[in-house]
Amino acid sequence: MSTGAGRISVPRFAHGSRVPGWDDAVDLTKDPAVVPDPATTPVPADLRREIEAAMARYPDRHSAAIPALHAAQAVHGYCSPTAITQVAAIMRLTPAYLTSVASFYDMLELEPRPRHDDVYICTNISCSLLGADELFDAMVAAAAGDNTVHVSSFECLGACDIAPMASVNGEYVGPLVPDDAQRILDDLRAGTPVLPEKQLRYRRCVDATEESETEDRT
Amino acid sequence: MKKLLFDRIDEPGLNTLDVYERRGGYQSLRTALGMSREDVLSQLMDSGIRGRGGAGFQMGRKVSFLPQGDMAKYLVCNADESEPGTFKDRELMQKSPHMLVEGIVIAAYAGGISRSFIYIRGEYQLQADILEAAIAEAADAGYIGEDILGSGLSMSLVLHRGAGAYICGEETGLLDSLEGKRGNPRLKPPFPAIEGLYAGPTLINNVETLATVPHIIRMGGAEYAKIGTETSTGTKLVSISGDVKRPGNYEIELGIPSREIVYGLAGGPPSGRDVKFWFPGGSSSPVLTKDDLDLPYDFDSLAKAGSMLGSGAIIIADESRRVLDTALKLAKFYAHESCGKCVPCREGTNWTHKMLQRITTGEATPMDLDIMASVQTQIIGNCLCVLGDAMAMPIGSMVVKFRAELESEIEAARARSGGADVEDVVALGVADEHAGPLPVH
Repeated sequence: MSTGAGRISVPRFAHGSRVPGWDDAVDLTKDPAVVPDPATTPVPADLRREIEAAMARYPDRHSAAIPALHAAQAVHGYCSPTAITQVAAIMRLTPAYLTSVASFYDMLELEPRPRHDDVYICTNISCSLLGADELFDAMVAAAAGDNTVHVSSFECLGACDIAPMASVNGEYVGPLVPDDAQRILDDLRAGTPVLPEKQLRYRRCVDATEESETEDRT
Repeated sequence: MKKLLFDRIDEPGLNTLDVYERRGGYQSLRTALGMSREDVLSQLMDSGIRGRGGAGFQMGRKVSFLPQGDMAKYLVCNADESEPGTFKDRELMQKSPHMLVEGIVIAAYAGGISRSFIYIRGEYQLQADILEAAIAEAADAGYIGEDILGSGLSMSLVLHRGAGAYICGEETGLLDSLEGKRGNPRLKPPFPAIEGLYAGPTLINNVETLATVPHIIRMGGAEYAKIGTETSTGTKLVSISGDVKRPGNYEIELGIPSREIVYGLAGGPPSGRDVKFWFPGGSSSPVLTKDDLDLPYDFDSLAKAGSMLGSGAIIIADESRRVLDTALKLAKFYAHESCGKCVPCREGTNWTHKMLQRITTGEATPMDLDIMASVQTQIIGNCLCVLGDAMAMPIGSMVVKFRAELESEIEAARARSGGADVEDVVALGVADEHAGPLPVH
């Protein structure tokens, strides 16, 4: 076992040798992590309703783990120990199980962050061919020192037709130029829709079929 | 060619039930419910439609693999569109969600399935909201639920939002994720058709495949099979991006020359430069060069040329682009997305990324290209799923096809960093010992 940064630390003597017992198997007499007691775990009523509704949608309640963690994250800001305990109490699962799920997915956060706006810049192949790296640098520079905006790069958001693009709080905008970085921040601060003329939701399909307008579909 | 999926796709309000029904929507469902289960299945078989998600397996055969009999069977629509370069399902779900819902109900009927799920990637919030509304409308109108249109068929449909993981687009990873676990792929066999979601028989298909089903029922399988080529029937949505004038989704007839898509529809590189290399089927397909542009765009022709049609996502890079930049992006992406379950993929993607970085810092020698090529061959076919292959195939093809360019990159970077002469290092005699065979495509 390595003792490098981020790993479990192994107890050592001053001269460097590992203290005997460091590699003992798990303590079989110790109680395993248990499902939190619903009676002593307070959960906001809205969150409880949402998680119970999610569980009812699936034949197996485990399937509701991701929707439930999403809901808890929306309430608590991230998947905090409290959030995980609350979900565990309602879903009758162990916190360890839910942590294993939450740590796998990019959209579930295990580290606390201040409330913020999310700006994801796609830096995958198509976007980077068309200048995503410059856009990302411009966005980072524009948002420097503002901890209400969280800028990060993202790998393919599935909108290469508007490359280079960004997802601002889930709203897809593009194609962008580096100057748009400041405009995105201005719109966020003003609380107005972000770059409305560049939003994907209003974009028409390039493969428009005007010629078949008059044809009747049988 | 008459458009099927993209017929008047921008019609305002097409995402609502009213407009969709006015255009003849859900008529195919009525037709299908009037037929026997076996007839619907044989229409799907006759159509010859191959899966649009990447693997290209015949959909009708997949349905026929489901065991018969009274048991809990599931249908899962794979809407976790995360293959870099692919964005066709996004447009389809956003603009014509009912087409997908109708296709799902028909496919469920053909397979004797009573529970269906759509697994949509977490980033597609707008599309998920639109689909959710469409499902609610369809349920109110009696197209989903108990005793659909008085036929006795019952089916539920649940939209499940993912949480950001490329691996969940792989079918068994998706199943684990849908079961509420980490999205690790499973060993196959058993294939999902025998043992899938909740260990029950499961039919998994891509959004585009399922959205085509209503058209197959409307036209008849045999009529649909007349579109395209003999082994690649029908129309295909192609997402084209990168160095082209008009990037976006186009519906094409399978088998047309690739040049017609790249130049005819998308307008070619805006700079007027030539195409240098292109991905014909998403970032995991081996790259092709401008000499391959006359290949017919269908499953078999691209496979014969050593690449694949994959998800139908074409990425174009013009002559001014460096192969190394794209290779680095690719390797970094797959190293991040590898779930870590299988060693060749977990280690291979990371090593490839590090070796490519060594090229940029001037630490690499041409010998590294041989090692890199051998790493790729050791990944392919040695893992539970094809995520590792998805990096190994394009990187392997880049090393073969652009070896001279990569070698000059290596030497230029060495010169910049003041490294030793390449000859000195190779002369040590380690090159032959470590170099593996080049990948065979």
